[in-house]
Amino acid sequence: MQSKAIAARRSAPSMRDIQWQNYVVYIFFAAVLVFFSVTIGDKGFLSVMNLFNIARTTAMITVIAVAMTFVISAGELDLSVGSTAALAALTCALVMQAGYPWPAAVIAALLAGMAVGSLNGFFVTVIGIPSFLVTLGMMQFIRGVDMRVTYTNPVSISNQTFNALFGSGNIGGVPSLLIWSVAIAILGHVVLKYTAFGRAVLATGGNRLAAEYSGIKTRRIKFAVFLMSGAAAALAGMLYSGMMQTARFNFGEGAELMAIAAVILGGTSLFGGKGTILGTFAGSLLIGTINNGLIIMGLDVSEQMMVAGGIIILAVAFGKKPAT
Amino acid sequence: MTDILSMSEIRKCFAQIPVLKRVNFTLRRGEIHALMGGNGAGKSTLMKILTGVYQRDGGTIRIDGQTAHYHDTLSAERAGVAMIFQEFSLVPTLTVAQNIFLGREPKYPGTPFINNTEMVRRSRALLRDLGVDIDPEQQVSGLSVGLMQIVEIAKALSKKARILVMDEPTSSLSETETGALFALVRRLRAQGLSVVYISHRMAEILTLCDRVTVMRDGETVMTADCSALSVQTIIGAMLGEGNSASFVWHDRGPAPQAEPILEVRSLRLAKRIDDVSFDIRPGEIVGLAGLMGSGRTEIAETIFGRRAALSGEIIFDGAPVRGQADAISRGIAMVPEDRRKMGLVLDHSVGDNIVLPNLARFTGLLFMRDQQARATVDRTIRDLSIKTDGPDKLARLLSGGNQQKIVIGKWLARDPRLLILDEPTIGVDIGAKSEIVETVRAMADRGTAVLVISSELEELMAISDRILVLHGGRIADQMNRRDVANEEELHHAIQGHSRPALRTIDA
Repeated sequence: MQSKAIAARRSAPSMRDIQWQNYVVYIFFAAVLVFFSVTIGDKGFLSVMNLFNIARTTAMITVIAVAMTFVISAGELDLSVGSTAALAALTCALVMQAGYPWPAAVIAALLAGMAVGSLNGFFVTVIGIPSFLVTLGMMQFIRGVDMRVTYTNPVSISNQTFNALFGSGNIGGVPSLLIWSVAIAILGHVVLKYTAFGRAVLATGGNRLAAEYSGIKTRRIKFAVFLMSGAAAALAGMLYSGMMQTARFNFGEGAELMAIAAVILGGTSLFGGKGTILGTFAGSLLIGTINNGLIIMGLDVSEQMMVAGGIIILAVAFGKKPAT
Repeated sequence: MTDILSMSEIRKCFAQIPVLKRVNFTLRRGEIHALMGGNGAGKSTLMKILTGVYQRDGGTIRIDGQTAHYHDTLSAERAGVAMIFQEFSLVPTLTVAQNIFLGREPKYPGTPFINNTEMVRRSRALLRDLGVDIDPEQQVSGLSVGLMQIVEIAKALSKKARILVMDEPTSSLSETETGALFALVRRLRAQGLSVVYISHRMAEILTLCDRVTVMRDGETVMTADCSALSVQTIIGAMLGEGNSASFVWHDRGPAPQAEPILEVRSLRLAKRIDDVSFDIRPGEIVGLAGLMGSGRTEIAETIFGRRAALSGEIIFDGAPVRGQADAISRGIAMVPEDRRKMGLVLDHSVGDNIVLPNLARFTGLLFMRDQQARATVDRTIRDLSIKTDGPDKLARLLSGGNQQKIVIGKWLARDPRLLILDEPTIGVDIGAKSEIVETVRAMADRGTAVLVISSELEELMAISDRILVLHGGRIADQMNRRDVANEEELHHAIQGHSRPALRTIDA
């Protein structure tokens, strides 16, 4: 027990290390930007067009990852977000194809996402199955549903208002996708950091029992984060479909892993209790920038995957506290 | 008697702060030697140097007269030193025998294959020598905590340990298990094993140990034979200024005359509790005594609304308690028995932990009012004299006593009308212990009703105005503190007068 008191005394001079770990994602992001600027700056990497392009391609991951930050901070995991995004995209497209106005389609898509979130939340909090397993099963199940509804046929979206708002358009010269991702990130940041709900999420993930003894209704908190995750996945699905002006069953494949990588890169603890939306946002941009830069450098897909994977492992390794 | 171990002039600094200042410590062959001191006194550091976890900055260690030059735990083990840690180092999914010989499994000669038969045979012999009936082929996860500890000891002995260091070995043991452990340690002493015994429990020390060494601020301040010592002398040595007044009971005057704020009526719970009734009045400190496992915690959790009763009523301030949210909103607070598991989010800051039960209170229309919360946190840290670099420090980094103060401080801001404390000072050093007692008294003086559960009779005797004795699922006895002459009397009551007082917990 004294050793803890000693560790306490010792920690004061090592504040520098702690800060380094919290900012590792930003440092990596800056390093990657500098690297690409120097190597491929003249190949258009730095053009406004390309930077907007990075923002556009990362928007869906960012939206999913913001909600994923809440899920992971609460000590859970949601693997079903990718197939839920496709489900929402298809729902949205089918409702519009049936002749309903686009706001009705948006609401239907969000409800579809939240329905999946509620199911996840129910199995985790009421039945008590670990979220990894529940959402792994749900990921498969929903992807199956996605394939079934249109027998894997794409559904095109002709409503140009919807397409402009959710993906293809610009607002004041800024891509709507960028606006969405920034808006969601700010919303998530404020909720996680400045509301009682955010604190309750972190406490639930940090020590569920202690949170309960402090009067936090941890089941409700866990249910709520799955609901949020489902809604965010639905929004991401609409962003995919708005950008492509069509809905496909395979939207969001692998998005869950990209989002989790972004969250962890950003400094959120995989074991719950510690989360940062700003870090997640940076993590998502970092992944998007690496992918974009590698494409411009002319690497083929296999090489891109190897380099991107390596960089993710490296960044997480640097962000890890030294073993004690 | 010869010294098996002598540590002299041991020095150790962490980040330029001296933690051990020329400490001397000797251990005789075949003795049980208690090492005591408050948190930060240096006893764990000294033992970690002995077991090779830390490197000393200066000084010498001699084992059996030979200067020991080791620099890691493995070579310390070879020199005959083994330590039983508070957190057990057993692998729960392996068998007892596999644990005992982990990393040193006997092999068939000339092959890399483990000789399982031999391993089990040797484990069986070891356990038999220890006088316990444990199947070496049983999985460790199925053992009670007490038996796990004995497997730990078997593991140490299988490495031919001659010096055994035990760090708070009884902190999670029941009374029966404690008794069995003591018997075992005494037997090992008779066989010539030397034991360094770290504990905060005075009574245990005086029961079990031959000598005591007390450390304070990185120095040894006293080494003496146990037979010549009283609890007060040891506390005095640990505290330094000879100021241990707050751990002595003082009459808080006649019981308050107000109507009871808590009425427990014919409470029956699924396990163990058949028919329990009692009252607590505002401003009163009531101690709940009973054996470990007698259902004390279950009663507390039912009052706090975390458990449902099979039958009976909990009336708080005139109305029944309906669930935990209701209990909290009406001013019931509970400090649970395991602060690390139930009391704190260890990886969150001191401030965040204090704010946790008060999130709604510090929320405006939408957002947290951080300044207001901060002011409360600062006041709590000051009022409870929580020793921390600041409110942003992680709770994990604080000592046990200061962690416990945070758990109490969480509720302080709500001005609870009933405070339930379940084992509030387990693993808390004597300095923090007396501060906690002071805080609880001050709250009671302001009108908070307090229910204290404790296995340490010394503590119940120091703090309670009235003591309820839980036995056989009922309140078997109820006594005003001023009518209880000594711990012996209370101890008899807890045992249900069925057997003479064990020397295991009285002092």
